[in-house]
Amino acid sequence: MIELKDISKTFNAGKPNEVKALGKLSLEIKQGEFVVIVGSNGSGKTTLLNMVAGTIFTDTGTVTIDGNNATKLPDYGRSKWIARIFQNPLSGTAADLSILDNFRLAALRTQNKGLTIGKNESFKQLVRDKIAALGMGLEDKTEQPIGTLSGGQRQALTLLMSVMDECKILLLDEPTAALDPRSAEKVMRTADELIKQYNLTAILVTHNLKDAANYGTRIIQMGEGQILKDIPSAEKAKLKQAELFEWFG
Amino acid sequence: MDFYLTALLQGLCFAGIAFGIYISMKIFNIPDITTDGSYTLGGVVTGILLTHNQPGWLILLAVIAAGAAAGALTGIIHTKLKINALLAGILVMTALYSVNLTILGRSNLPLLSLPTLFSVVNFLTDPNQNSLIILSLFVAALTLLIGYLLKTDFGIAMRATGNSEPMIRALGVNTDRMKIIGLAIANALTALSGYLITQMQGFADISMGIGVVIIGLGSVIIAETLINWLQITSVWLSLVLVLAGAIIFQFVLALTLSIGVNPNMLKIVTAVFVLIIVGLPRLTSRNA
Ligand SMILES: Nc1ncnc2c1ncn2[C@@H]1O[C@H](COP(=O)(O)OP(=O)(O)OP(=O)(O)O)[C@@H](O)[C@H]1O
Ligand SMILES: [Mg+2]
Repeated sequence: MIELKDISKTFNAGKPNEVKALGKLSLEIKQGEFVVIVGSNGSGKTTLLNMVAGTIFTDTGTVTIDGNNATKLPDYGRSKWIARIFQNPLSGTAADLSILDNFRLAALRTQNKGLTIGKNESFKQLVRDKIAALGMGLEDKTEQPIGTLSGGQRQALTLLMSVMDECKILLLDEPTAALDPRSAEKVMRTADELIKQYNLTAILVTHNLKDAANYGTRIIQMGEGQILKDIPSAEKAKLKQAELFEWFG
Repeated sequence: MDFYLTALLQGLCFAGIAFGIYISMKIFNIPDITTDGSYTLGGVVTGILLTHNQPGWLILLAVIAAGAAAGALTGIIHTKLKINALLAGILVMTALYSVNLTILGRSNLPLLSLPTLFSVVNFLTDPNQNSLIILSLFVAALTLLIGYLLKTDFGIAMRATGNSEPMIRALGVNTDRMKIIGLAIANALTALSGYLITQMQGFADISMGIGVVIIGLGSVIIAETLINWLQITSVWLSLVLVLAGAIIFQFVLALTLSIGVNPNMLKIVTAVFVLIIVGLPRLTSRNA
Protein backbone atom coordinates (compact mmCIF):
# COMPACT_ATOMS: atom_id res chain seq x y z
CA MET A 1 0.00 0.00 0.00
CA ILE A 2 2.84 2.37 0.88
CA GLU A 3 6.31 1.91 -0.57
CA LEU A 4 9.13 4.28 0.33
CA LYS A 5 12.33 3.63 -1.58
CA ASP A 6 15.64 5.31 -0.70
CA ILE A 7 13.96 8.44 0.59
CA SER A 8 16.00 11.10 2.38
CA LYS A 9 15.54 14.65 3.57
CA THR A 10 18.02 17.34 4.47
CA PHE A 11 16.60 20.65 5.67
CA ASN A 12 18.43 23.91 4.91
CA ALA A 13 21.01 22.05 2.82
CA GLY A 14 24.29 23.94 2.49
CA LYS A 15 23.43 26.44 5.20
CA PRO A 16 24.95 26.54 8.70
CA ASN A 17 21.69 25.24 10.18
CA GLU A 18 21.64 22.17 7.92
CA VAL A 19 19.72 19.25 9.45
CA LYS A 20 19.77 15.73 8.09
CA ALA A 21 16.29 14.63 9.11
CA LEU A 22 16.11 11.35 7.18
CA GLY A 23 18.95 9.24 5.83
CA LYS A 24 18.49 6.87 2.89
CA LEU A 25 15.52 4.95 4.15
CA SER A 26 13.28 2.31 2.60
CA LEU A 27 10.07 0.98 4.02
CA GLU A 28 7.19 -1.08 2.70
CA ILE A 29 3.84 -1.18 4.39
CA LYS A 30 1.24 -3.69 3.24
CA GLN A 31 -2.51 -3.20 3.00
CA GLY A 32 -4.13 -3.58 6.42
CA GLU A 33 -0.95 -3.20 8.42
CA PHE A 34 -1.07 -0.95 11.49
CA VAL A 35 2.46 0.31 12.00
CA VAL A 36 3.49 1.98 15.24
CA ILE A 37 6.56 4.23 15.06
CA VAL A 38 8.50 5.13 18.18
CA GLY A 39 11.76 7.03 18.57
CA SER A 40 13.30 9.91 20.44
CA ASN A 41 12.61 13.56 19.65
CA GLY A 42 14.05 14.69 16.35
CA SER A 43 14.55 11.15 15.04
CA GLY A 44 12.56 11.92 11.89
CA LYS A 45 9.18 10.37 12.61
CA THR A 46 7.13 13.39 11.63
CA THR A 47 9.30 13.97 8.58
CA LEU A 48 8.62 10.39 7.48
CA LEU A 49 4.88 10.84 7.99
CA ASN A 50 4.93 14.15 6.13
CA MET A 51 6.56 12.45 3.18
CA VAL A 52 3.81 9.87 3.05
CA ALA A 53 1.22 12.65 3.35
CA GLY A 54 2.93 14.82 0.73
CA THR A 55 3.41 17.96 2.82
CA ILE A 56 7.14 17.65 2.11
CA PHE A 57 8.87 16.00 -0.80
CA THR A 58 11.74 13.56 -0.61
CA ASP A 59 15.17 14.67 -1.85
CA THR A 60 15.90 11.25 -3.36
CA GLY A 61 14.11 8.01 -4.19
CA THR A 62 10.44 7.37 -4.75
CA VAL A 63 7.15 7.28 -2.87
CA THR A 64 4.56 4.83 -4.15
CA ILE A 65 1.04 4.81 -2.74
CA ASP A 66 -1.55 2.21 -3.67
CA GLY A 67 0.48 1.34 -6.74
CA ASN A 68 0.79 4.95 -7.94
CA ASN A 69 4.00 6.91 -8.13
CA ALA A 70 3.24 9.78 -5.78
CA THR A 71 6.78 11.12 -5.35
CA LYS A 72 5.91 14.58 -6.68
CA LEU A 73 2.24 14.61 -5.78
CA PRO A 74 1.37 17.35 -3.23
CA ASP A 75 -0.68 16.66 -0.11
CA TYR A 76 -3.99 17.78 -1.59
CA GLY A 77 -3.46 15.31 -4.43
CA ARG A 78 -2.98 12.40 -2.02
CA SER A 79 -6.18 12.96 -0.08
CA LYS A 80 -7.85 10.40 -2.33
CA TRP A 81 -6.05 7.72 -0.33
CA ILE A 82 -4.93 9.35 2.88
CA ALA A 83 -6.64 10.84 5.92
CA ARG A 84 -4.56 12.54 8.62
CA ILE A 85 -4.83 13.13 12.32
CA PHE A 86 -2.51 15.90 13.46
CA GLN A 87 -0.58 16.16 16.69
CA ASN A 88 -2.20 19.51 17.36
CA PRO A 89 -5.96 18.89 17.83
CA LEU A 90 -6.60 22.39 16.51
CA SER A 91 -5.01 21.64 13.12
CA GLY A 92 -7.33 18.84 12.10
CA THR A 93 -10.52 20.88 12.11
CA ALA A 94 -11.58 24.38 11.03
CA ALA A 95 -12.41 26.13 14.31
CA ASP A 96 -14.91 28.73 13.07
CA LEU A 97 -16.89 26.24 11.03
CA SER A 98 -19.67 24.20 12.56
CA ILE A 99 -19.22 20.50 13.27
CA LEU A 100 -21.51 19.85 10.32
CA ASP A 101 -19.45 21.99 7.93
CA ASN A 102 -16.30 20.21 9.03
CA PHE A 103 -17.93 16.84 8.40
CA ARG A 104 -19.23 18.03 5.05
CA LEU A 105 -15.70 18.80 3.90
CA ALA A 106 -14.44 15.51 5.26
CA ALA A 107 -17.19 13.69 3.36
CA LEU A 108 -15.74 15.22 0.18
CA ARG A 109 -12.09 14.43 0.90
CA THR A 110 -11.68 12.41 -2.27
CA GLN A 111 -14.10 14.46 -4.34
CA ASN A 112 -14.65 17.87 -5.87
CA LYS A 113 -16.07 20.61 -3.66
CA GLY A 114 -18.60 22.03 -6.07
CA LEU A 115 -21.09 24.85 -6.32
CA THR A 116 -24.02 22.94 -4.88
CA ILE A 117 -25.34 22.81 -1.35
CA GLY A 118 -24.63 19.32 -0.08
CA LYS A 119 -25.56 19.80 3.54
CA ASN A 120 -29.11 18.48 3.33
CA GLU A 121 -31.26 16.87 6.01
CA SER A 122 -30.18 13.31 5.33
CA PHE A 123 -26.54 14.33 5.55
CA LYS A 124 -27.17 16.09 8.85
CA GLN A 125 -28.89 13.00 10.21
CA LEU A 126 -26.03 10.78 9.08
CA VAL A 127 -23.53 12.98 10.90
CA ARG A 128 -25.64 13.06 14.06
CA ASP A 129 -25.89 9.27 14.04
CA LYS A 130 -22.16 8.79 13.57
CA ILE A 131 -21.36 11.27 16.33
CA ALA A 132 -23.90 9.70 18.66
CA ALA A 133 -22.10 6.37 18.28
CA LEU A 134 -19.04 8.04 19.77
CA GLY A 135 -20.92 8.37 23.07
CA MET A 136 -19.59 11.83 23.90
CA GLY A 137 -22.93 13.63 23.83
CA LEU A 138 -21.90 15.84 20.92
CA GLU A 139 -24.72 14.86 18.56
CA ASP A 140 -26.87 17.83 19.65
CA LYS A 141 -24.09 20.34 19.07
CA THR A 142 -23.56 19.81 15.35
CA GLU A 143 -24.45 23.41 14.49
CA GLN A 144 -21.88 24.81 16.93
CA PRO A 145 -18.48 26.04 15.77
CA ILE A 146 -16.12 23.12 16.30
CA GLY A 147 -13.69 25.52 18.00
CA THR A 148 -15.97 25.60 21.04
CA LEU A 149 -15.15 21.95 21.79
CA SER A 150 -12.24 20.61 23.84
CA GLY A 151 -9.08 19.24 22.23
CA GLY A 152 -10.06 15.65 23.04
CA GLN A 153 -13.53 16.09 21.57
CA ARG A 154 -12.07 17.64 18.45
CA GLN A 155 -9.53 14.87 18.06
CA ALA A 156 -12.24 12.20 18.39
CA LEU A 157 -14.34 14.00 15.78
CA THR A 158 -11.35 14.29 13.44
CA LEU A 159 -11.03 10.51 13.61
CA LEU A 160 -14.67 10.08 12.65
CA MET A 161 -14.21 12.61 9.86
CA SER A 162 -11.43 10.52 8.36
CA VAL A 163 -13.85 7.71 7.51
CA MET A 164 -16.63 9.97 6.20
CA ASP A 165 -15.24 9.41 2.72
CA GLU A 166 -13.45 6.44 1.22
CA CYS A 167 -10.18 6.02 3.10
CA LYS A 168 -7.30 3.62 2.60
CA ILE A 169 -4.54 5.05 4.74
CA LEU A 170 -4.77 6.72 8.13
CA LEU A 171 -1.81 8.71 9.44
CA LEU A 172 -1.73 9.56 13.13
CA ASP A 173 1.09 11.76 14.43
CA GLU A 174 0.97 11.69 18.24
CA PRO A 175 -2.81 12.08 18.14
CA THR A 176 -3.12 11.99 21.92
CA ALA A 177 -0.08 14.05 22.94
CA ALA A 178 -2.15 17.09 23.89
CA LEU A 179 -4.92 15.16 25.64
CA ASP A 180 -5.60 14.13 29.24
CA PRO A 181 -5.25 10.38 29.98
CA ARG A 182 -8.95 9.61 29.73
CA SER A 183 -9.51 11.45 26.47
CA ALA A 184 -6.30 9.94 25.16
CA GLU A 185 -7.52 6.43 25.86
CA LYS A 186 -10.89 7.17 24.29
CA VAL A 187 -9.26 8.55 21.14
CA MET A 188 -6.83 5.62 20.84
CA ARG A 189 -9.62 3.09 21.25
CA THR A 190 -11.76 4.87 18.69
CA ALA A 191 -8.83 4.91 16.27
CA ASP A 192 -8.17 1.20 16.78
CA GLU A 193 -11.85 0.35 16.22
CA LEU A 194 -12.05 2.41 13.03
CA ILE A 195 -8.85 0.91 11.66
CA LYS A 196 -10.22 -2.59 12.21
CA GLN A 197 -13.74 -1.81 11.05
CA TYR A 198 -12.63 -0.19 7.80
CA ASN A 199 -9.58 -2.43 7.35
CA LEU A 200 -7.32 0.63 7.06
CA THR A 201 -3.60 0.76 6.58
CA ALA A 202 -2.37 2.93 9.43
CA ILE A 203 0.77 4.57 10.76
CA LEU A 204 0.79 5.77 14.34
CA VAL A 205 3.61 7.87 15.76
CA THR A 206 3.62 7.84 19.54
CA HIS A 207 5.79 8.45 22.59
CA ASN A 208 3.39 6.48 24.74
CA LEU A 209 4.99 3.02 25.07
CA LYS A 210 1.85 1.53 26.57
CA ASP A 211 -0.04 2.44 23.40
CA ALA A 212 2.89 1.21 21.33
CA ALA A 213 2.67 -2.16 23.06
CA ASN A 214 -1.12 -2.42 22.99
CA TYR A 215 -1.94 -1.25 19.49
CA GLY A 216 -0.77 -2.08 16.01
CA THR A 217 0.51 -5.07 14.10
CA ARG A 218 4.08 -3.94 13.56
CA ILE A 219 6.46 -1.68 15.43
CA ILE A 220 9.32 0.42 14.12
CA GLN A 221 11.92 2.30 16.13
CA MET A 222 13.56 5.28 14.50
CA GLY A 223 16.77 7.06 15.42
CA GLU A 224 18.70 9.78 13.63
CA GLY A 225 16.70 9.49 10.47
CA GLN A 226 17.08 5.72 10.21
CA ILE A 227 15.03 2.64 11.04
CA LEU A 228 16.72 1.02 14.03
CA LYS A 229 14.30 -1.81 14.70
CA ASP A 230 11.42 -3.26 12.70
CA ILE A 231 9.39 -5.87 14.55
CA PRO A 232 6.76 -7.69 12.49
CA SER A 233 3.37 -8.88 13.62
CA ALA A 234 4.17 -12.26 15.17
CA GLU A 235 6.95 -10.96 17.37
CA LYS A 236 5.19 -7.73 18.24
CA ALA A 237 2.41 -9.68 19.93
CA LYS A 238 4.98 -11.13 22.32
CA LEU A 239 6.74 -7.83 22.89
CA LYS A 240 6.30 -6.49 26.42
CA GLN A 241 6.10 -2.83 27.36
CA ALA A 242 9.14 -3.33 29.60
CA GLU A 243 11.23 -4.45 26.63
CA LEU A 244 10.16 -1.34 24.74
CA PHE A 245 11.48 0.78 27.59
CA GLU A 246 14.86 -0.88 27.19
CA TRP A 247 15.03 0.32 23.58
CA PHE A 248 15.34 3.81 24.93
CA GLY A 249 17.90 2.85 27.63
CA MET B 1 -33.91 63.94 4.30
CA ASP B 2 -32.25 63.92 0.90
CA PHE B 3 -29.03 64.08 2.77
CA TYR B 4 -29.60 60.71 4.45
CA LEU B 5 -30.90 59.25 1.22
CA THR B 6 -27.57 60.11 -0.37
CA ALA B 7 -25.75 58.43 2.50
CA LEU B 8 -27.91 55.34 2.10
CA LEU B 9 -27.23 55.27 -1.64
CA GLN B 10 -23.50 55.58 -1.02
CA GLY B 11 -23.62 52.85 1.61
CA LEU B 12 -25.34 50.50 -0.82
CA CYS B 13 -22.78 51.31 -3.52
CA PHE B 14 -19.97 50.49 -1.12
CA ALA B 15 -21.53 47.14 -0.18
CA GLY B 16 -19.32 45.55 -2.86
CA ILE B 17 -16.12 46.77 -1.18
CA ALA B 18 -17.44 45.70 2.20
CA PHE B 19 -18.22 42.18 0.91
CA GLY B 20 -14.85 42.09 -0.83
CA ILE B 21 -12.94 42.99 2.32
CA TYR B 22 -15.11 40.59 4.31
CA ILE B 23 -14.09 37.77 1.97
CA SER B 24 -10.37 38.58 1.87
CA MET B 25 -9.91 39.61 5.49
CA LYS B 26 -12.46 37.58 7.43
CA ILE B 27 -12.89 34.47 5.30
CA PHE B 28 -9.38 34.05 3.93
CA ASN B 29 -7.53 35.89 6.64
CA ILE B 30 -5.51 37.75 4.00
CA PRO B 31 -4.94 41.50 4.35
CA ASP B 32 -5.60 42.54 0.76
CA ILE B 33 -5.29 46.20 -0.21
CA THR B 34 -5.50 45.81 -3.95
CA THR B 35 -8.85 47.46 -3.21
CA ASP B 36 -7.97 51.08 -4.07
CA GLY B 37 -6.79 49.99 -7.50
CA SER B 38 -9.50 47.49 -8.32
CA TYR B 39 -12.22 49.91 -7.22
CA THR B 40 -10.91 52.60 -9.57
CA LEU B 41 -10.47 49.95 -12.26
CA GLY B 42 -14.17 49.12 -11.95
CA GLY B 43 -15.05 52.81 -12.26
CA VAL B 44 -12.72 53.43 -15.17
CA VAL B 45 -13.90 50.42 -17.16
CA THR B 46 -17.50 51.48 -16.56
CA GLY B 47 -16.80 55.06 -17.66
CA ILE B 48 -14.97 54.20 -20.82
CA LEU B 49 -17.46 51.54 -21.94
CA LEU B 50 -20.40 53.85 -21.22
CA THR B 51 -18.90 56.60 -23.37
CA HIS B 52 -18.45 54.01 -26.12
CA ASN B 53 -22.15 53.18 -25.82
CA GLN B 54 -21.60 49.54 -24.95
CA PRO B 55 -24.57 47.47 -23.70
CA GLY B 56 -25.15 47.25 -19.94
CA TRP B 57 -24.56 43.52 -19.61
CA LEU B 58 -21.20 43.81 -21.33
CA ILE B 59 -20.13 46.63 -19.01
CA LEU B 60 -21.13 44.59 -15.97
CA LEU B 61 -19.23 41.53 -17.20
CA ALA B 62 -16.17 43.58 -18.13
CA VAL B 63 -16.06 45.19 -14.68
CA ILE B 64 -16.33 41.82 -12.94
CA ALA B 65 -13.65 40.31 -15.17
CA ALA B 66 -11.29 43.27 -14.70
CA GLY B 67 -11.64 43.25 -10.91
CA ALA B 68 -11.22 39.47 -10.80
CA ALA B 69 -8.07 39.67 -12.91
CA ALA B 70 -6.57 42.27 -10.57
CA GLY B 71 -7.38 40.15 -7.52
CA ALA B 72 -6.10 36.98 -9.14
CA LEU B 73 -2.84 38.73 -9.93
CA THR B 74 -2.39 39.71 -6.28
CA GLY B 75 -3.24 36.12 -5.37
CA ILE B 76 -0.72 34.68 -7.80
CA ILE B 77 2.04 36.99 -6.57
CA HIS B 78 1.17 36.12 -2.98
CA THR B 79 0.91 32.34 -3.34
CA LYS B 80 3.28 31.45 -6.16
CA LEU B 81 6.08 33.91 -5.43
CA LYS B 82 5.49 33.61 -1.66
CA ILE B 83 5.36 37.38 -1.26
CA ASN B 84 3.63 38.88 1.74
CA ALA B 85 -0.03 39.56 0.86
CA LEU B 86 0.12 43.19 1.90
CA LEU B 87 3.08 43.82 -0.36
CA ALA B 88 1.50 41.87 -3.23
CA GLY B 89 -1.58 44.06 -2.91
CA ILE B 90 0.47 47.26 -2.86
CA LEU B 91 2.37 46.17 -5.97
CA VAL B 92 -0.78 45.44 -7.95
CA MET B 93 -2.51 48.56 -6.67
CA THR B 94 0.44 50.70 -7.73
CA ALA B 95 0.63 49.11 -11.16
CA LEU B 96 -3.12 49.54 -11.58
CA TYR B 97 -2.77 53.30 -11.31
CA SER B 98 -0.96 53.34 -14.66
CA VAL B 99 -3.39 50.82 -16.12
CA ASN B 100 -6.35 52.93 -15.03
CA LEU B 101 -4.83 56.11 -16.38
CA THR B 102 -4.13 54.41 -19.70
CA ILE B 103 -7.69 53.10 -19.97
CA LEU B 104 -9.23 56.42 -19.02
CA GLY B 105 -6.84 58.46 -21.18
CA ARG B 106 -7.18 61.43 -18.82
CA SER B 107 -7.73 62.02 -15.13
CA ASN B 108 -11.47 62.66 -15.18
CA LEU B 109 -14.26 61.47 -17.46
CA PRO B 110 -17.75 63.00 -17.08
CA LEU B 111 -20.75 60.83 -18.02
CA LEU B 112 -23.53 63.24 -17.22
CA SER B 113 -25.86 62.85 -20.18
CA LEU B 114 -25.27 59.14 -20.77
CA PRO B 115 -27.87 56.52 -19.87
CA THR B 116 -26.67 54.42 -16.91
CA LEU B 117 -27.83 51.51 -14.78
CA PHE B 118 -29.89 54.01 -12.84
CA SER B 119 -31.82 55.20 -15.86
CA VAL B 120 -32.64 51.79 -17.38
CA VAL B 121 -35.97 51.56 -15.58
CA ASN B 122 -38.04 54.30 -14.04
CA PHE B 123 -39.93 52.98 -11.07
CA LEU B 124 -40.29 56.45 -9.57
CA THR B 125 -40.03 59.96 -10.92
CA ASP B 126 -37.63 61.22 -8.26
CA PRO B 127 -34.22 60.16 -9.64
CA ASN B 128 -32.70 59.53 -6.20
CA GLN B 129 -35.59 57.37 -5.08
CA ASN B 130 -35.53 55.56 -8.39
CA SER B 131 -31.81 54.92 -7.91
CA LEU B 132 -32.50 53.59 -4.42
CA ILE B 133 -34.85 50.96 -5.79
CA ILE B 134 -32.50 49.84 -8.54
CA LEU B 135 -29.55 49.86 -6.19
CA SER B 136 -31.44 47.90 -3.54
CA LEU B 137 -32.34 45.25 -6.09
CA PHE B 138 -28.77 45.07 -7.31
CA VAL B 139 -27.28 44.77 -3.83
CA ALA B 140 -29.92 42.28 -2.75
CA ALA B 141 -29.05 40.09 -5.74
CA LEU B 142 -25.35 40.42 -4.88
CA THR B 143 -25.95 39.46 -1.24
CA LEU B 144 -28.02 36.42 -2.25
CA LEU B 145 -25.34 35.33 -4.68
CA ILE B 146 -22.49 35.57 -2.15
CA GLY B 147 -24.61 33.99 0.56
CA TYR B 148 -25.42 31.07 -1.71
CA LEU B 149 -21.77 30.69 -2.70
CA LEU B 150 -20.67 30.55 0.93
CA LYS B 151 -23.27 27.88 1.65
CA THR B 152 -22.11 25.56 -1.13
CA ASP B 153 -19.47 22.87 -0.65
CA PHE B 154 -17.02 25.15 -2.44
CA GLY B 155 -17.93 27.97 -0.06
CA ILE B 156 -17.35 25.77 2.99
CA ALA B 157 -13.92 24.92 1.57
CA MET B 158 -13.27 28.65 1.11
CA ARG B 159 -14.13 29.33 4.72
CA ALA B 160 -11.98 26.45 5.93
CA THR B 161 -8.97 27.70 3.94
CA GLY B 162 -8.72 30.80 6.13
CA ASN B 163 -9.19 28.68 9.23
CA SER B 164 -6.84 25.72 9.06
CA GLU B 165 -4.68 25.31 6.01
CA PRO B 166 -3.14 21.92 6.96
CA MET B 167 -6.63 20.53 7.47
CA ILE B 168 -8.15 21.69 4.22
CA ARG B 169 -5.10 20.59 2.21
CA ALA B 170 -5.34 17.16 3.82
CA LEU B 171 -8.96 17.17 2.66
CA GLY B 172 -7.90 17.62 -0.94
CA VAL B 173 -8.06 21.36 -1.52
CA ASN B 174 -5.31 23.21 -3.35
CA THR B 175 -5.11 26.19 -1.02
CA ASP B 176 -3.04 28.34 -3.40
CA ARG B 177 -5.68 28.01 -6.07
CA MET B 178 -8.40 28.67 -3.51
CA LYS B 179 -6.74 31.91 -2.34
CA ILE B 180 -6.31 33.12 -5.91
CA ILE B 181 -10.00 32.49 -6.57
CA GLY B 182 -10.91 34.14 -3.27
CA LEU B 183 -8.96 37.31 -4.02
CA ALA B 184 -10.41 37.35 -7.53
CA ILE B 185 -13.94 37.24 -6.09
CA ALA B 186 -13.10 39.89 -3.48
CA ASN B 187 -11.71 42.32 -6.04
CA ALA B 188 -14.49 41.64 -8.54
CA LEU B 189 -16.88 42.75 -5.80
CA THR B 190 -14.74 45.80 -5.11
CA ALA B 191 -14.75 46.68 -8.80
CA LEU B 192 -18.55 46.46 -8.70
CA SER B 193 -18.55 49.24 -6.12
CA GLY B 194 -16.53 51.35 -8.54
CA TYR B 195 -19.04 50.45 -11.24
CA LEU B 196 -21.96 51.62 -9.10
CA ILE B 197 -20.36 54.78 -7.74
CA THR B 198 -19.22 55.93 -11.17
CA GLN B 199 -22.75 55.68 -12.52
CA MET B 200 -24.22 57.19 -9.38
CA GLN B 201 -21.98 60.26 -9.34
CA GLY B 202 -21.83 60.58 -13.13
CA PHE B 203 -18.08 60.56 -13.64
CA ALA B 204 -15.02 58.35 -13.41
CA ASP B 205 -11.93 59.78 -11.79
CA ILE B 206 -8.40 58.44 -11.58
CA SER B 207 -8.15 59.29 -7.90
CA MET B 208 -11.60 58.07 -6.88
CA GLY B 209 -10.05 55.05 -5.18
CA ILE B 210 -7.67 56.79 -2.83
CA GLY B 211 -8.34 55.48 0.63
CA VAL B 212 -11.47 53.47 -0.17
CA VAL B 213 -9.98 50.40 1.48
CA ILE B 214 -10.74 52.08 4.80
CA ILE B 215 -14.43 52.14 3.88
CA GLY B 216 -14.36 48.37 3.45
CA LEU B 217 -12.34 47.83 6.60
CA GLY B 218 -14.57 50.15 8.62
CA SER B 219 -17.73 48.45 7.37
CA VAL B 220 -16.40 44.99 8.12
CA ILE B 221 -15.18 46.01 11.55
CA ILE B 222 -18.58 47.48 12.41
CA ALA B 223 -20.12 44.22 11.21
CA GLU B 224 -17.64 42.13 13.16
CA THR B 225 -18.32 44.05 16.34
CA LEU B 226 -22.04 43.35 15.90
CA ILE B 227 -21.40 39.72 14.96
CA ASN B 228 -19.33 39.10 18.09
CA TRP B 229 -21.67 41.06 20.26
CA LEU B 230 -24.76 39.20 19.06
CA GLN B 231 -22.81 35.92 18.82
CA ILE B 232 -23.94 35.29 15.28
CA THR B 233 -22.78 32.17 13.45
CA SER B 234 -25.17 32.28 10.51
CA VAL B 235 -23.56 33.12 7.17
CA TRP B 236 -26.63 34.99 5.98
CA LEU B 237 -26.91 37.20 9.05
CA SER B 238 -23.20 37.94 8.91
CA LEU B 239 -23.54 39.14 5.32
CA VAL B 240 -26.54 41.30 6.20
CA LEU B 241 -24.52 42.85 9.01
CA VAL B 242 -21.63 43.57 6.64
CA LEU B 243 -24.13 45.35 4.41
CA ALA B 244 -25.46 47.20 7.45
CA GLY B 245 -21.88 48.09 8.36
CA ALA B 246 -21.35 49.72 4.97
CA ILE B 247 -24.51 51.80 5.40
CA ILE B 248 -23.80 52.76 9.02
CA PHE B 249 -20.35 53.87 7.98
CA GLN B 250 -21.74 56.27 5.36
CA PHE B 251 -24.30 57.61 7.80
CA VAL B 252 -21.59 58.44 10.30
CA LEU B 253 -19.61 60.26 7.62
CA ALA B 254 -22.72 62.13 6.47
CA LEU B 255 -23.48 63.09 10.05
CA THR B 256 -19.95 64.37 10.51
CA LEU B 257 -20.24 66.57 7.45
CA SER B 258 -23.68 67.81 8.48
CA ILE B 259 -22.40 69.15 11.79
CA GLY B 260 -20.06 71.35 9.84
CA VAL B 261 -16.77 69.47 9.79
CA ASN B 262 -14.46 70.69 7.04
CA PRO B 263 -14.63 68.18 4.12
CA ASN B 264 -10.84 68.25 3.95
CA MET B 265 -10.84 66.66 7.37
CA LEU B 266 -13.13 63.83 6.24
CA LYS B 267 -10.33 61.27 5.84
CA ILE B 268 -8.98 61.94 9.30
CA VAL B 269 -12.48 61.67 10.72
CA THR B 270 -12.85 58.37 8.88
CA ALA B 271 -9.58 57.07 10.29
CA VAL B 272 -10.46 58.16 13.82
CA PHE B 273 -13.90 56.61 13.50
CA VAL B 274 -12.42 53.26 12.44
CA LEU B 275 -9.93 53.53 15.30
CA ILE B 276 -12.78 54.05 17.73
CA ILE B 277 -14.77 51.02 16.56
CA VAL B 278 -11.66 48.85 16.63
CA GLY B 279 -10.47 50.20 19.96
CA LEU B 280 -13.69 50.49 21.90
CA PRO B 281 -14.46 46.76 22.34
CA ARG B 282 -10.86 46.15 23.46
CA LEU B 283 -10.88 48.99 25.95
CA THR B 284 -14.17 47.96 27.47
CA SER B 285 -13.26 44.27 27.69
CA ARG B 286 -10.00 45.14 29.44
CA ASN B 287 -11.90 47.07 32.09
CA ALA B 288 -14.42 44.32 32.57
N1 LIG C 1 10.77 22.27 8.31
C1 LIG C 1 11.94 21.97 8.93
N2 LIG C 1 13.00 22.80 8.77
C2 LIG C 1 14.18 22.52 9.36
N3 LIG C 1 14.42 21.44 10.12
C3 LIG C 1 13.40 20.58 10.31
C4 LIG C 1 12.11 20.81 9.73
N4 LIG C 1 11.30 19.79 10.09
C5 LIG C 1 12.04 18.99 10.87
N5 LIG C 1 13.31 19.43 11.01
C6 LIG C 1 14.38 18.79 11.74
O1 LIG C 1 14.46 17.44 11.31
C7 LIG C 1 14.71 16.58 12.39
C8 LIG C 1 13.63 15.53 12.47
O2 LIG C 1 12.42 16.18 12.83
P1 LIG C 1 11.04 15.41 13.04
O3 LIG C 1 10.01 16.44 13.29
O4 LIG C 1 10.82 14.48 11.92
O5 LIG C 1 11.31 14.59 14.38
P2 LIG C 1 10.31 13.68 15.22
O6 LIG C 1 10.87 12.33 15.25
O7 LIG C 1 8.93 13.83 14.73
O8 LIG C 1 10.46 14.34 16.67
P3 LIG C 1 9.35 14.55 17.81
O9 LIG C 1 9.29 13.27 18.56
O10 LIG C 1 9.93 15.64 18.65
O11 LIG C 1 8.08 14.93 17.20
C9 LIG C 1 14.80 17.46 13.62
O12 LIG C 1 16.16 17.70 13.90
C10 LIG C 1 14.12 18.74 13.22
O13 LIG C 1 14.69 19.84 13.88
MG1 LIG D 1 7.09 14.73 15.50
